Amino acid sequence: MMPGSARSLARLLVVLALAVLPGGAEPRAQALVADLSHHLIAITTAFVGTNVVLFGTAEGGGDIVVTVHGPRQDQIVRRKARVAGIWINREGLTFRRVPSYYAVASTGALDKIARPDVLARLEIGTDHLRLEPIDATGLTISEITAFQDALVRRKQGQGLYSRKPGQINFIGEELFRTTLVFPANVPPGIYQVQVFELIDGFATDAQRSTLVVSKVGLEADVYDFAQQRAALYGLTAIALAIVSGWLASVIFRRG
Amino acid sequence: MDVYLPIAEMSVNLFLLLGLGGAVGFLSGVFGVGGGFLMTPLLIFIGIPPAVAVGSEASQILASSSSGAIAHARRGNVDFRMGTVLVAGGLIGSAFGVWLFALLRQMGQIDVVISLAYVVFLGTVGALMLMESAHAWFRVRSRRDTFTRRHRHLWLHGLPLKIRFHRSRLYISALMPLSLGFFVGILASIMGVGGGFLMVPAMIYLIGMPTAVVVGTSLFQISFVTAVITFLHAVNNYTVDVILALALIVGGVIGAQFGTSAGARLRGEQLRILLALIVLAVCGKLGYDLVATPEDLYSLGVVGH
Repeated sequence: MMPGSARSLARLLVVLALAVLPGGAEPRAQALVADLSHHLIAITTAFVGTNVVLFGTAEGGGDIVVTVHGPRQDQIVRRKARVAGIWINREGLTFRRVPSYYAVASTGALDKIARPDVLARLEIGTDHLRLEPIDATGLTISEITAFQDALVRRKQGQGLYSRKPGQINFIGEELFRTTLVFPANVPPGIYQVQVFELIDGFATDAQRSTLVVSKVGLEADVYDFAQQRAALYGLTAIALAIVSGWLASVIFRRG
Repeated sequence: MDVYLPIAEMSVNLFLLLGLGGAVGFLSGVFGVGGGFLMTPLLIFIGIPPAVAVGSEASQILASSSSGAIAHARRGNVDFRMGTVLVAGGLIGSAFGVWLFALLRQMGQIDVVISLAYVVFLGTVGALMLMESAHAWFRVRSRRDTFTRRHRHLWLHGLPLKIRFHRSRLYISALMPLSLGFFVGILASIMGVGGGFLMVPAMIYLIGMPTAVVVGTSLFQISFVTAVITFLHAVNNYTVDVILALALIVGGVIGAQFGTSAGARLRGEQLRILLALIVLAVCGKLGYDLVATPEDLYSLGVVGH
């Protein structure tokens, strides 16, 4: 759960954001409360991906949108070109702090819920993710757009970005729920889950919480070992290989 | 049953890995080859990142070659002096290869370099093997033993730093095995192979070693070099997945046992034609992927630090 101070800070930010909106709606005090079925996704040896249920209540009667941003990292996109008959990577463009995972769910079609500028500010929908190139000198706007589209397309291909917004269902008047899908290749890290309520095209309320994706048990031990004590890990891998090879030769010589 | 690979960061069916290990192990048992040249491309075909495939495959080759090297050493089939020179070259080559690998990965060119290396070497070796064994097959009835003369004097034999290799009954320049080891070390660290397919012919035809010690000595070199490659990939690139390697080792060990007994019942020339065809098929698939227009011209890469 989020500490109360962080939640009130998030709410304050929404209020501030709304205050600077041109023609923004008056912030209303509707209670939006949401939570996840679990806050930790444990990657174990048998991990094949998982679903997390998000549920909540909203009293405002507006549209609900949920976004999930995975841990951000710089991401390079490369484009192949034919050189002497074979396809090799030529141009590359690196984007700053791209979410490694992105999911969106809503109660309706995104373009009907709010104007593109509102969606862009809140990063709602894969078309509205902020993808800033680090050094795009010599590239035209359309080339940059092609790289941005490719980034989203490849991430969708890996199952890490939503292909289309997931469905948020209302159960009764105020209770809503949706299912967030995390595939087996979900990157470990801290995930930001945001829930927005939008009325007449503007966010009137928002709530943030976090979700941790972490390797546990053997998976975590092996990974940490490999990262933090790489030399010892390398020696262990060598020993493991020699011993298992020797063991096999002994077993099968007798058999 | 799926198993999550902690370094590759993906989930793969355990029986698929055991099956791959078993199938390649079977083939290596039948043909008496390492199988790295088949396993690494297969791992890449099923979606394992090339860097992880190469790093983990090195430790699998280590497992299969080290026990073989020990067995050959017991029977006195290893020229340790020759092996030491080959290993020395191999260590320098693999250090250079792992460094080159990291550089190419950062530049986004590692996949294409791996594929090209496979196409060139598998294509050459496969074609030569096919020609030679087809030739031998048609000639098999006349059974003229073709005895190739050792000690042909090539320019290579005039090089300085001559050393006497007693076990191989050779007095040649150390630079020859040193550079052979170096070259094989580079290939091993970039392609995820042991390099036996290149080293064995070179030891016989270029260096002129007696066939009896060739296999043992090459396994000796491969063991040391793959151990070093495993270590260097683990330290520099963090790409050795022990879970993946273990699954491949277990499958490979079992497959190799069946392969060895199956191989004993088949005829040599047929075996070699079959192996040549498999090699050429892998080469053809990789070559086709290089020239065919990709489904998506764009790809995501790792950002270098």
